[in-house]
Amino acid sequence: MSLNMNPAMNRRSLVAGVAGLGAAGILAGCSGGGASSDGGSAAGSGSAIKIGSIGPKTGATASYGLSVTNGAELGCKEFSVDGLSFEYRSEDSTGNAETAVNAYNTLVDWGMQALVGPTLTGPSVSVAASCNDDRTFMITPSASSEDVTSGKDCVFQVCFTDPNQGKNAALFLADKYADEKIAVIYNSGDAYSSGIYNAFKEQASASKLQIVSEEAFKDDSASSFNNQLTKAQAAGATFIFAPIYYTPASVLLTNAHDMGYEVTLMGCDGMDGILGVENFDTSYAEGLLLMTPFSADDPASADFVKAYQDAYGETPDQFAADAYDGVHAVAEAIKKVGVTADTAREDACDKLAAAMLEITVEGLTGTLSWNDKGQVEKDPTAYVITDGKYVKA
Amino acid sequence: MKFLNDKVTRRDFLTYGLVVAAFIVVSLLASQGVIPRSLSGQLVPVTCYVVMAISLNLVVGVAGDLSLGHAGFMSVGAFSGVVCAMSLSAAIPDDGIRLAVSMVVGALFAAVAGFLIGIPVLRLRGDYLAIVTLAFGEIIKEVVNCLIVGTDAIGLHVIFNVAGDKTVDDLHLLEGGVAIIKGAQGASGTEKIATFAAGFVLVMIALAVVLNLVRSRAGRAIMAVRDNRIAAESVGLSITKYRLIAFVVSAALAGAAGALYGANFSQLSPAKFDFNTSILVLVFVVLGGLGNMRGSIIAAVLLTILPEALRGFSDYRMLVYAIVLILVMLFTNNPQLKLTLGKLLPKREGAVAHGE
Repeated sequence: MSLNMNPAMNRRSLVAGVAGLGAAGILAGCSGGGASSDGGSAAGSGSAIKIGSIGPKTGATASYGLSVTNGAELGCKEFSVDGLSFEYRSEDSTGNAETAVNAYNTLVDWGMQALVGPTLTGPSVSVAASCNDDRTFMITPSASSEDVTSGKDCVFQVCFTDPNQGKNAALFLADKYADEKIAVIYNSGDAYSSGIYNAFKEQASASKLQIVSEEAFKDDSASSFNNQLTKAQAAGATFIFAPIYYTPASVLLTNAHDMGYEVTLMGCDGMDGILGVENFDTSYAEGLLLMTPFSADDPASADFVKAYQDAYGETPDQFAADAYDGVHAVAEAIKKVGVTADTAREDACDKLAAAMLEITVEGLTGTLSWNDKGQVEKDPTAYVITDGKYVKA
Repeated sequence: MKFLNDKVTRRDFLTYGLVVAAFIVVSLLASQGVIPRSLSGQLVPVTCYVVMAISLNLVVGVAGDLSLGHAGFMSVGAFSGVVCAMSLSAAIPDDGIRLAVSMVVGALFAAVAGFLIGIPVLRLRGDYLAIVTLAFGEIIKEVVNCLIVGTDAIGLHVIFNVAGDKTVDDLHLLEGGVAIIKGAQGASGTEKIATFAAGFVLVMIALAVVLNLVRSRAGRAIMAVRDNRIAAESVGLSITKYRLIAFVVSAALAGAAGALYGANFSQLSPAKFDFNTSILVLVFVVLGGLGNMRGSIIAAVLLTILPEALRGFSDYRMLVYAIVLILVMLFTNNPQLKLTLGKLLPKREGAVAHGE
């Protein structure tokens, strides 16, 4: 660098260059997506009840959001009958709380009467607070934190809460695998994973499970699990409980296979979808246990699976099934209290919230009813992957 | 109105006037219910980003240093502000005063963080500040991930959960206590006390602080250090001191903006304040013009609203957003366009002398 160059000019061009590179990075992260935003379903828009959904349709978590918005869209089509038709619209949240609230406001502008969403926990807590303030009925298919529903009488969940899942998982292990030495690997930077982990740990010590190793990771380091696996192996673990999403889980299984580490992995509902991960050898997932409410291989959900495959060309996962059940619950509640397309959003909210406590839904993810906290009550189910299929454990 | 004869003062007051006018127009429209919710819901975040852009412009445009971790200061301000607002909810029942106090606390914490980082780094030549602030942004994210904070009748309980084996139960809160920050889950269930009026006041304060600093003796020294370090040193200016003044003021403003942002959402996760957010603010500054506060404000407003306004394009909206960014950059740097503009606005010559 020559001395007579103007330092200010130098620095300015550097600043501009860095900003440009960074902006390119942001945009690169925002690729992806697929299904269209507006999915009409009902005959006339004037007489249809407007259902909205929110999920990340772009960005790193897009696959979950697309499942939810597709499942909700299919639900709106299937549960539209004469005299009760639905109009559906979904908005992108990019997995971010601020954008999710913007998406919610856009849907309210559109005239939404009930919300089946959002998908992820963080955005859902923010949107749930707005729903409670504005009196909008909300049922989230997949946001599992207790904070989503706590203190809000018009917010409901289709999925189990995180503490509930962690507790159920520990009870399941105590029942079936009490002698195994268990290692726990969880994402300490993620609300879902750390929420399950905390409850699991509590119940595990109450049930006297042998936990030999506890290892945390963060999203930034989810590209390799060799470190955690080596520690688990050194501690003599024969079983790994990993309450993580399926994308990192596929990496974990691949790493374990490459290390030659024979171990049984168990996950929660976020693990559902692992057989659909691109470039992942699904034979590594043989024997994988997961606590999930839904299986696409279950004969009872065959109609839904076929309809979903015809519409979107993919096998539905539990996110889609939960969203479908969410629409189902809204449809049942509407039938009970007689909400119509002309009912104001605020009135619909109070009526639906009251109805939710009384209805029972025979859904894809079990027999669902709701308590006055807005939490779902259904039986936990566990599946094991055998020959590339989910089989009830 | 004699003071308006000065060109610089006139420019500054035009900026203030624009902000006040925008606030009055938007408030009037909002009270008439003309503004759709998708826009009115964004008013507070927009004011936060405007303050972020103004504060970063002080470092990047005026002091000529590069900060790549400005979202880190926003994060410090946001979480300290949230903790402050939540723990004072009994002591200060009035939302407005509590918000003001939490913004001051957020600004203080961020200023301290800025001071600690600035002391070693600003003594160095070259672009070390960029590297260190980049790391700072990431470190803050991890630090907040380790924080568990709750409040009850006794006071604040804080655990620094480095090993990752502690939970909210380890705070041993009394009955009626609430957990404020739950590690990686961030802060959730916080009260939404931010208002557009508070955002407007913060923007005005930020503008007044930055514009007055720039026009002051210290501000001229800061620009002298930026333009020619050796010459500035030769007349006895302390390089580190003036760079530090700009950096700490900027960090404090970013902290206040963060506190306002945190008070506008009932959930706040540390991952929100990542590198992408820092770069987003840097894009506002670069697009608005280095050293040009009015430009930063306009860029921050437009670029925050743009992705939402483009929802009609559904999944292609970020693509359209990128194209708009590129077009704006091309047009604002087009020499012919600048020449034409210069002919249309003969007073521009005076303006050019004071930064772009």
